[in-house]
Amino acid sequence: MTSLSATIQDVFNEPGCGKNATKSEAERKKGCTKQLQPGGAAGGCAFDGAKIALQPLTDVAHLVHGPIACEGNSWDNRGARSSGSSLWRTSFTTDINETDVVFGGEKRLYKAIRETIEKYDPPAVFVYQTCVPAMTGDDINAVCKAAKEKFGKPVIPINAPGFVGPKNLGNKLAGEALLEHVIGTQEPDYTTPYDLNIIGEYNLAGELWQVKPLLDELGIRIFASISGDGRYKEVAYSHRAKAAMMVCSKAMINVARKMEERYGIPYFEGSFYGIQDSSDSLREIARLLISRGAPEELMARTEAVIEREEAKAFAAIASYRPRFAGKKVLLITGGVKSWSVVAALQEAGLELVGTSVKKSTREDKERIKELMGQDAHMIEDMTPREMYKMLKDAKADIMLSGGRSQFVALKAAMPWLDINQERHHAYMGYVGMVTLVAQIDKALHNPMWQQVRKPAPWDRPGESWQARALAQMDAEAAALAADPVATEKARRAQKICHCKSVSLGAIEDAIATRHLDSVEGVRLATDATGGCGACAARVEDILKAPLPPKVAAPALKAAE
Amino acid sequence: MAIVTHAKKACTVNPLKMSQPIGGALAFMGLRGCMPLLHGSQGCTSFGLVLFVRHFKEAIPMQTTAMSEVATILGGYENVEQAVLNIHKRTRPEIIGICSTGVTETKGDDVEGYIRLIRARNPEVAQLPMVYVSTPDFKDAFQDGWEKTVARMVETLVDPVDAGAPIQRNARRINVLPGCHLTPGDLDEIRTIMEDFGLQPSFLPDLAGSLDGHIPDEFTPTTIGGIGVDEIATMGESAWTIAIGAQMRRAAEAMKTRTGVPFRLFERLSGLEANDEFIMFLSQISGRPVPRKYRRQRGQLVDAMLDAHFHIGGRRLAIGAEPDLLFDMSGLLHDMGAHVMAAVTTTHSPVLERVETEEVLIGDLEDLERLAQERGCDLLITHSHGRQAAERLNIPFYRAGIPTFDRIGAGHQLTVGYRGTRDTLFTIANLLIADHEANHDATPGTWRGDGAHGAHAPLGKGAHAPDTLAHVAAVH
Ligand code: SF4
Repeated sequence: MTSLSATIQDVFNEPGCGKNATKSEAERKKGCTKQLQPGGAAGGCAFDGAKIALQPLTDVAHLVHGPIACEGNSWDNRGARSSGSSLWRTSFTTDINETDVVFGGEKRLYKAIRETIEKYDPPAVFVYQTCVPAMTGDDINAVCKAAKEKFGKPVIPINAPGFVGPKNLGNKLAGEALLEHVIGTQEPDYTTPYDLNIIGEYNLAGELWQVKPLLDELGIRIFASISGDGRYKEVAYSHRAKAAMMVCSKAMINVARKMEERYGIPYFEGSFYGIQDSSDSLREIARLLISRGAPEELMARTEAVIEREEAKAFAAIASYRPRFAGKKVLLITGGVKSWSVVAALQEAGLELVGTSVKKSTREDKERIKELMGQDAHMIEDMTPREMYKMLKDAKADIMLSGGRSQFVALKAAMPWLDINQERHHAYMGYVGMVTLVAQIDKALHNPMWQQVRKPAPWDRPGESWQARALAQMDAEAAALAADPVATEKARRAQKICHCKSVSLGAIEDAIATRHLDSVEGVRLATDATGGCGACAARVEDILKAPLPPKVAAPALKAAE
Repeated sequence: MAIVTHAKKACTVNPLKMSQPIGGALAFMGLRGCMPLLHGSQGCTSFGLVLFVRHFKEAIPMQTTAMSEVATILGGYENVEQAVLNIHKRTRPEIIGICSTGVTETKGDDVEGYIRLIRARNPEVAQLPMVYVSTPDFKDAFQDGWEKTVARMVETLVDPVDAGAPIQRNARRINVLPGCHLTPGDLDEIRTIMEDFGLQPSFLPDLAGSLDGHIPDEFTPTTIGGIGVDEIATMGESAWTIAIGAQMRRAAEAMKTRTGVPFRLFERLSGLEANDEFIMFLSQISGRPVPRKYRRQRGQLVDAMLDAHFHIGGRRLAIGAEPDLLFDMSGLLHDMGAHVMAAVTTTHSPVLERVETEEVLIGDLEDLERLAQERGCDLLITHSHGRQAAERLNIPFYRAGIPTFDRIGAGHQLTVGYRGTRDTLFTIANLLIADHEANHDATPGTWRGDGAHGAHAPLGKGAHAPDTLAHVAAVH
């Protein structure tokens, strides 16, 4: 356990993470994760995160050491795709019982590894630790080591039991395991000047294959994919790549950075979501490879491919413009992915509402990202009724989001499209954006909506349950407005920082009493912006406003 | 008569089983205004939530006490207290249903004690109904979690009826205790049938009220329907309890002990004879003749059986399911002339010995796939996780049970009643017909005798599992 906590501290100290650079020592120790409240909706645990990050390695046997809950309730639930082995979709778990809890489960684990190797002969076994055996003290490192010696195969301990933290911590711990046990343990047959690692891309819905043909055309070889459609041996020799692309999320930044440090492999953070992002990423890949010795002409070829693909994609998207005239999209989701689709949606002639996305120049990018991140957090804390009001007020024709707002939208007869997680369609690269726009078109223009929105013939108009709920909320709001004391209280109670649960009132008080004038100052005084950091823009607004500032509630802001 | 055996291996491969606490949580989802709460780390709840969302395609209310590593060592009183207070404040539930998990059972948290203390310290929740069930992940299975939870509901929420005191029973009112193998659609069907006999059923729990996919009439973060705490309290006034599935015996007995209401257990509700029994029982307790509607439906079922037996008869079935679903489905198909060649389940149950096969294995889907291969099965029935095996075996696959995540409408899959049985037989027969057309239609080479043909034992595509798939029995 001590080595695990050391690893966790190390991960929290990640200098490659931009947010970390601005944090104090003590804060860094606490980590960049949202403190989960008991009685709240749950996100995935660290084990979940570790498995998400590694399971797309297709030829590895992923063995989960724990009770049936951890694996039995969740296996084969991710949309990654493989071009080769399907072993990664085979579920292995020790399914420990009461005896194992009382007397320890190490023996069972050892036997399970043996059975797995005997029956399935994988190039490697990854052993995932979970909470119960971590509590009872099963030493999976020792078992893996013994098994490795005995069976002559890599048996890799992935030490990320769920209760050490949330999913994103698990992503990083998974990365640490690769760094410690896998990367650099084998040598490739040959290398080329065009060898590229792709890190942190999971090939959900086969999205990687939307980009790979372009790389193939340019002669760029995906040397190792960590981990979408990846192979164990590729990861093992990935230290011989010339350059690396870290895809979108910060999930595996530790892997990219440490590989740069140890093996001199330069990396960049890029994304293939969105047309502009795809082009930028292709350019950056070419630039890095050339800097490592690839011939200069690669850039010219890359530019030619970009020009051709952009023209094709924009032409395809532009053909939707007449159909999208006057249509509004409400886009709610955190992270870079949602930012990157903004440009494509605007190109298709859709208007974005809800987030304060107006015209997205490159300079606005950071701010839009922050705002959308904040909205995503806000959604997590909203009741279904509030969420519905927000949808209504936004007057959107379709909502794009990931996760839990889905059913509120659909039940309220609002077209909805999943752009995050468990999708059936791949949205990566140039073709991916065209697919996305085509999906929006399909959803928007379905004649089904008109029918489902009609009240039942025996209901009187205006008496729908949605209308009742809105009327009730309006009445509550009116009652509140009539009472200045309550109004002020409600205004001050608005949550600004959702991660650290800091209210507007607390921030105003801190600014007033301590004469603060910077986001940094507010953070030190109140902890606000100390979580995901997405609310920094709001805090800036509060700082700029006269005290006490008139800041609209987040829900109202969406309504404006 | 079947022998019940255990798989002898250390590693479960492709689990059939899911854990107890989420079985318990699902039972709580059949109560109105309920917030199910898992006492454990966040991942356990998150996995359960995702599983149900994918199965029902509905928003799922389910929360966590968010036990951190430190909290698991120190004990979870504060987490449970905070969770209860937060849920009470934010979602105003009518009841909170709490299930423990492996994490909190390893330490041995005394949650009943916690609840007493929470009530004493926080007057706002002193009267809030809370039901706690102990459901460690490292014991038993999903169905057991449901079974224990419904029994606990009866023990804590039903007003006791003093055996000595005279009680005014309502002859029309009937308690129904459905097992977790029934879908919301099944419950609706049972409700309709009972109402047609002039009876008023109270379902505990009632997933048809909450997870039937209806559009709610208000926004609520808790369950959007189901049986209310008030209705549960008065279940002791009912004339009868009908328990469906052997797993519900425990709850039915608890009801009898607590209120004196007699019960009748129906282990199966699909199939002609099972429904004849059920319908006659309803006729008897209601004092009404069987409505014309059901006389006609019975005739339709008989006709469906005649039509379907050509296709189902002689089929070699491999089935993986929790005990009650296994008993029900395998029985139905056995009655239609199929042979139950491979039967795998998750946990013990008295019905297993009576499954119409030689052996019932408590095991996983790897076992089921191997047995199906060895014994030349040509029909697979299990939940969606069987999809990989079905593909490798290349045999028709009928999805039954939770989770069914790769098809829609799982909540309305109907197997009970004459009508449900009829439609199930049609669906399965059509599946077999389509498979025959696609894979087994005659070609000029079919009867050349090189052994490469036949309905049984196609070679699997699972090249990565040479050992398990090596023994391909050439059964014809
Ligand atoms: S929190 Fe722990 S016990 Fe729960 S699913 Fe995650 S690893 Fe398993």
